[in-house]
Amino acid sequence: MSNPIVTIKNLSVTYPNGHHALEDVSVNLKSGSICGLVGVNGAGKSTLFKAMMGFVKPTAGNVSIDGMSVRNALKKNLVSYVPQTEEVDWDFPVLVEDVVMMGRYGHMGFLRRPSKTDHDAVAQALERVNMSEYKKRQIGELSGGQRKRIFVARALAQGGNIILLDEPFTGVDIKTEDSLIDLFQSLVAEGRLILVATHNLGSVPSFCDEVILINKTLLAYGSVETTFTQDNLSKAFGGMLRHHQLIGADLHDDEDARGVTVLTDDERPLVLYGEEGGKKIVRTPKRKKADKT
Amino acid sequence: MIDLLLEPFTYNYMFKAIWVCALVGGVCAFLSSYLMLKGWSLMGDALAHSIVPGVALAYLLALPYAVGAFFTGILAALSMAIVKQKTKLREDAIIGLVFTTFFAIGLLIVSINPTAVNIQAIILGNILAISDYDIAQVVIISFICLFVLLLKWKDLVAVFFDENHARSIGLPVNALKITFFTLLSAATVAALQTVGACLVIAMVVTPGATAYLLTDRFGRLITISVLLGSLTSALGAYASYFLDANPGGLIVTLQTLIFLAAFFFAPKYGLLKVRKTIAKKVGA
Amino acid sequence: MIDTLLALITEPLAHEFMQRALLVSILIGTVCSIFSCFLVLKGWSLMGDAVSHAVLPGLALAFVIGIPLSIGAFIAGLFCALATGYIKDNSRVKEDAVMGIVFSGLFALGLVMLTKIETDVHLLHVLFGNILGISSQDVIEAGTIAILCSLIMLIKRRDFMLYCFDPAHASVIGLRVRFLHFGLLILLALTIVSSLKAAGIILVISMLIAPGATGFMLTKSFDRMLIIAMSVSIFSCITGTLMSFHLDVATAPLIVVIQAALFIMAVFVGRQTQGMKEVSYGT
Ligand SMILES: Nc1ncnc2c1ncn2[C@@H]1O[C@H](COP(=O)(O)OP(=O)(O)O)[C@@H](O)[C@H]1O
Ligand SMILES: [Mg+2]
Repeated sequence: MSNPIVTIKNLSVTYPNGHHALEDVSVNLKSGSICGLVGVNGAGKSTLFKAMMGFVKPTAGNVSIDGMSVRNALKKNLVSYVPQTEEVDWDFPVLVEDVVMMGRYGHMGFLRRPSKTDHDAVAQALERVNMSEYKKRQIGELSGGQRKRIFVARALAQGGNIILLDEPFTGVDIKTEDSLIDLFQSLVAEGRLILVATHNLGSVPSFCDEVILINKTLLAYGSVETTFTQDNLSKAFGGMLRHHQLIGADLHDDEDARGVTVLTDDERPLVLYGEEGGKKIVRTPKRKKADKT
Repeated sequence: MIDLLLEPFTYNYMFKAIWVCALVGGVCAFLSSYLMLKGWSLMGDALAHSIVPGVALAYLLALPYAVGAFFTGILAALSMAIVKQKTKLREDAIIGLVFTTFFAIGLLIVSINPTAVNIQAIILGNILAISDYDIAQVVIISFICLFVLLLKWKDLVAVFFDENHARSIGLPVNALKITFFTLLSAATVAALQTVGACLVIAMVVTPGATAYLLTDRFGRLITISVLLGSLTSALGAYASYFLDANPGGLIVTLQTLIFLAAFFFAPKYGLLKVRKTIAKKVGA
Repeated sequence: MIDTLLALITEPLAHEFMQRALLVSILIGTVCSIFSCFLVLKGWSLMGDAVSHAVLPGLALAFVIGIPLSIGAFIAGLFCALATGYIKDNSRVKEDAVMGIVFSGLFALGLVMLTKIETDVHLLHVLFGNILGISSQDVIEAGTIAILCSLIMLIKRRDFMLYCFDPAHASVIGLRVRFLHFGLLILLALTIVSSLKAAGIILVISMLIAPGATGFMLTKSFDRMLIIAMSVSIFSCITGTLMSFHLDVATAPLIVVIQAALFIMAVFVGRQTQGMKEVSYGT
């Protein structure tokens, strides 16, 4: 049993324009797991991240990380953040290795002159995301998937124990998505906590251990098996999902009463198969974990 | 007392200044309703500075100033378009680069023959000493602008709100956009005479933004904005008689004060009201 | 031949006012070019526009109170930046519109004040600069501020660069983002104040954009962009000052025009040119 390292207690966020983005959200996240943060666009996923990093001030409640305030946790480089890529200026005159090196600034001295350790950490991080050969490219000269990987490498170089990823799979091809998921799993195996915001339902059961479903308030939180059910998802997505259901006789030529439910918004569909018309989850087999010794 | 208040109207030049300012202020305010919603506010500033070399040359060569202004305005807009197409620079950098360069060229022209052009009049406005020839140009420009705006204001709303939708219902989107920018540069050219190049930006932004804090309906927004623009301009010119200060400065100071009042006290979007609603919601 | 070339340079420098002009133009050219790299990348080019226009009421007020004009100008410029931020955060008006409203309002106020108050502030000199009439006192004042700002910017360039590139990340790794944000604004206001006497409030905007834009066109590394910007700016300041003497035209506008010409050249040979860009796309 690992102890919680991120504690979110009764968190509410109201933006200055009066918009309530989050209301009374409480969760405890523990290390060594991948947690999916699932909700429709505008549900407050990014806002929750911003609150966890202190970019927005909670109107009520608080976030603590490893028992510390957010501010102190950031100073200790405990948290790494991979932004939604749309928010980055791709024409900025920095090379791939410069960007990854920025992850190390918190470890450097006043002048931010990189030491050997820093150079090594950058090389390693690039190696892990398979981007070493691109290190002299200007960041705009990369494909969508490569750009994502660079920002993951930056988070790795920083060495935080908690990694927050905001929609890492949007605009990424399946191959990169799979290799990112493999990478996440090996990182979690090393005892990190990874929180992934996504509205991409299909892949959630295949790589997450836990899910948080939100829509302004916390709808459900728990392990994927017990929480990622059709009922909960309908709550989270309302009418936003395309919903196809094939039950019993429609699906089988025999007496089998089980059914298939396919839920999809735009990307990977979520397939639920089993009793009650597939309302309970039959978990897609988890990908192989990185070899544990 | 009444006599004193009416005194400015007994002077022909004051009377002219007041109504010309009101006219130009109204036209600029009309355009400001659109401009400030699109994030193009600084375009107004850029155009106003870019036309300085044209105006200087026109005065040097004794041509109508509006012709020179238009010519360099179009040249500046073209330069921005070309630099934008050729480089990956941010838009604000391109705008800033082009307008300051044009402005510098204007100053160079003036510095070659400093006595022929009153540069201060171009930069800070010269409405109290404006010639009838210049008034004629300002009035023609303003009426054309008003005419086009009154005809097409709804089409422009559609285009600015949702370009794709406008296109789908068959509006000539590009033509309307070009029309808008032509009107904007025309209004800038007119406003140059009343408040000068440095303050044109206020005329084409502030009244619209103030109205935006007061209403949610576009038709009403335009009405409020035009009223504000005209009244403040007339009042500023009028007050300059008593205060003996630069009319452009007075007009814009007035507009800014009214904006600040709306910012704090507007019934729905004012700071005080918003603060109160947040406090109430959080408390509940 | 070489003698005549040399004479073109030495002749203006025989005059003391030309020596001062050259020195001060190089100093402010340097600090402005360093800043331009950050402003161009951060999308703050028009912040320079706003802050510089807004110094006007500060000059008038400082004169009335009897404090050094630079301090008044600095406070007014900074006030403009802060007020813009505050109004933007607390209303539904877009940032660019707020910026326009605030700086034009301040400029107008300054204009009214200057026409009402008897000051020794010469309006045209504030607007367009007066580099040939600069005193040794002015050179020392502008030079000190310029050198100080340049040093701070160069020493902390990596932090500022990260802040411009990705403020969220800067905050996540524990940099003090508010500190960087306000630091940048304060240094910007100082830079503008130091350039006022020489370049005036309108042309300084150009000096705060053009060199950085030129550097941006020519390289993909930030440090090299800084070096190019500084070289371009210093070169323009020297040639502009000397040429203005021979051609008998205004100095600051000529410097700006030379910088623009260099930028245009860079557009045609630069890496960031769109055509070139397509070629370098790989996967
Ligand atoms: N800076 C902001 N000011 C005001 N409202 C905001 C701001 N950022 C986000 N919001 C609003 O808060 C809600 C949640 O946004 P966000 O957290 O970005 O959602 P998600 O990431 O789940 O799509 C949205 O309705 C959005 O419009
Ligand atoms: Mg989001």
